[in-house]
Amino acid sequence: MAQKEYAGVMVEVNNEGYFENSNQWNKEVAAAIAKENNLELTDKHYQVMDFLRERVAKGEALTIRSIGKSGIVDIKGFYELFPGAPLKLATKLAGLKKPLSCV
Amino acid sequence: MTTTEEYPLKKVCIICAKGSLEDVYAALVMANGAVMEGIETKVFFTFFGLDGITKKQMSNLHTASVGNPAMRMPGGLPFPTLLGAIPGVEAGVSKMMRQEMEKLDIPTVPEFIEMITAGGGEIFACKLAVDMFKLRREDLCDDVKDIITVGQFYELCGGQGTQIIFT
Repeated sequence: MAQKEYAGVMVEVNNEGYFENSNQWNKEVAAAIAKENNLELTDKHYQVMDFLRERVAKGEALTIRSIGKSGIVDIKGFYELFPGAPLKLATKLAGLKKPLSCV
Repeated sequence: MTTTEEYPLKKVCIICAKGSLEDVYAALVMANGAVMEGIETKVFFTFFGLDGITKKQMSNLHTASVGNPAMRMPGGLPFPTLLGAIPGVEAGVSKMMRQEMEKLDIPTVPEFIEMITAGGGEIFACKLAVDMFKLRREDLCDDVKDIITVGQFYELCGGQGTQIIFT
């Protein structure tokens, strides 16, 4: 386990950069990780992250489909917000563990 | 001493040649999984696999209830082949499969194809199979990018870090 400093907060992360403890997350931390990934965060990004954190807090699985049905963004929009591997990137920025979903 | 170096997968080209519910889903899950990882993804539907992208059939794919040794009754007992031959049983079994998948947030076939293309994946139909089944472009789902030959598909499969997967 490693420690990393984002926006003045020491965060415990695993070797892939995912948070060990999602309570160490805040908006400024997210912005700092986003910068590391060459991403500028907008309100939409934060809305998606809030949605992901709520779902995880409820113990629900994260799927791309559920994000498409969230009413926040459609699937195409989700890929545009978090380019590349969006579910992985979005959960990383939201201070969550790596998603283990196949869909 | 041998050293192993890892080369990340950059592109996958998936071929779906069979039209049963589970065969089409295997291709779609593999394809969507690749898109989700940011891997360039192309899917080629051929022969009976075309049912997966044909408007009329794609929402109504079936699991074979006859000649499917892996099929069991709820509870695990073997599913008698003769029972599977009774009219309506195959439809019922397929419906049950679809319901179970819905519970796991697995999308329907048309929705799955939409998800794959929304993420940048590309769907192709095999020209030979389209001709063979006397289908027209308008019979295929709108997300199909093109009807192409085998040779054209292989041309799309070039480049380092590319794999062709036959499901």
